[in-house]
Amino acid sequence: MRLEARNVSKRYAREAWLFRQASAAFRTGDTVGLLGPSGCGKSTFCRLLAGYDACDEGEVLLDGATLPTSGYRPVQLIFQHPERAVNPRWKAGAIISEGWRPDEALLDSLEIRREWLKRWPSELSGGELQRLCIARALAPQTRFFIADEMTTMLDAITQARIWRTVLDLAQSRGMGMLVVSHDRHLIDRICTRVIDFRELAYGRHAVEE
Amino acid sequence: MNLRTRTLIYAAVALVLLLLPAALSPMLGGDRLATHLAERNEPPSWTHPFGTDWLGRDMFARSMKGLALSLGVGLTAALASGLIAGALGLMAAALGKAADRFITWLIDLFLSVPHLVLLLLIAFVTGGGAKGVIIAVGLTHWPSLARLIRAELLQLKSSEFVLVSRHMGRSNWWIATRHLLPHLWPQFIVGTLLLFPHAILHEGAITFLGMGLSPHQPAIGIILSESMRYLSTGMWWLAFFPGLCLVVLVRSFDVLAGGVHALVDPSRSQE
Repeated sequence: MRLEARNVSKRYAREAWLFRQASAAFRTGDTVGLLGPSGCGKSTFCRLLAGYDACDEGEVLLDGATLPTSGYRPVQLIFQHPERAVNPRWKAGAIISEGWRPDEALLDSLEIRREWLKRWPSELSGGELQRLCIARALAPQTRFFIADEMTTMLDAITQARIWRTVLDLAQSRGMGMLVVSHDRHLIDRICTRVIDFRELAYGRHAVEE
Repeated sequence: MNLRTRTLIYAAVALVLLLLPAALSPMLGGDRLATHLAERNEPPSWTHPFGTDWLGRDMFARSMKGLALSLGVGLTAALASGLIAGALGLMAAALGKAADRFITWLIDLFLSVPHLVLLLLIAFVTGGGAKGVIIAVGLTHWPSLARLIRAELLQLKSSEFVLVSRHMGRSNWWIATRHLLPHLWPQFIVGTLLLFPHAILHEGAITFLGMGLSPHQPAIGIILSESMRYLSTGMWWLAFFPGLCLVVLVRSFDVLAGGVHALVDPSRSQE
């Protein structure tokens, strides 16, 4: 499958364009890194790719068609702040199985302890919540997995283990990965291709001017 | 004893205190409310715990009757206001921009008029008396709760976990019942409970000003306004006990609402 952003632009309300005419394409099986300084629009670009926001110009295509608007979405995004991505009035067990029922092996490899599932989100740390969010988004129907600063809040060892699990799964399922990070070393280590967001979003724009 | 049991006990005591006037008032029948000119102006004693007034009426019976009446008015008014607030708040958040703008304007309009003036105007227009008071109090207590519900719903709708739920393939109905309602109903219940003391105090206030219930009804506002004339002659019990009862009643609602809030909030479940 092919996920493509075709000349997408975004701005919030009447402010200046955050980025304009950004184009990029991703294939299942690829692991692509996305680098860029903070505040340059990487997170917004990810939201557009996953269908969380509408583009002001251009379109996001999955195999040439617009993103599906019902059912389990094949493009899943992991947010930077897990505490906002879970309902504070749901216990962890309900949160994790909202889209599908994660199997025991996946819970083990993400090091999710079973007793967490009986707790409220306010009783879990950011790193623990993020692992729940990752498990939630890794249903078999997921074709593209977008990780926006997914492991920033974790210590180095847990970070390495979680990436190992997610990358193994991506490889065995032939899933496409987009990894957004400030961490150049992480991206160099796990990605097959690296995109600099400034070139992607402002490169063409600069030429036009 | 953890906070949960303690909260439960507090809330139960508050509830009993609230129901007491309603339970007592039918038992304190006609005779104690009748005038006994031989027992005029008696200070508190065992036969008349709250004393008697200048016509020899038992103040305990009058206070309980008055509180029961106030509770009735408060209940009707709080329910009416709660329903209006809920409906308008939901409509503002669900029916799009034009409806939202209109309802926000309506809320601002109601909040910009001094509340007591609005109460007096509506009570006057609807003909005064118990009916006028109930209509006035019921029609004017919704704006702040409606605004709260609208804001809460708008914030929930754009929150990340609701967006994620949609990406998990969940329908609008599913999201409304599983994600939105569990957040809204505690706000709604606590908000409506907290309308009670407002409604009761406002009922007392307009009755005190002479625009509310008729003077022969033993409403708390009437008792207090009548006692004003006798305070200077040293009959302190005429205002003290009914006033204290009103404070206890209002405070009980506060405690009850606080207890409900603490019991349904998961982030406080371990305290």
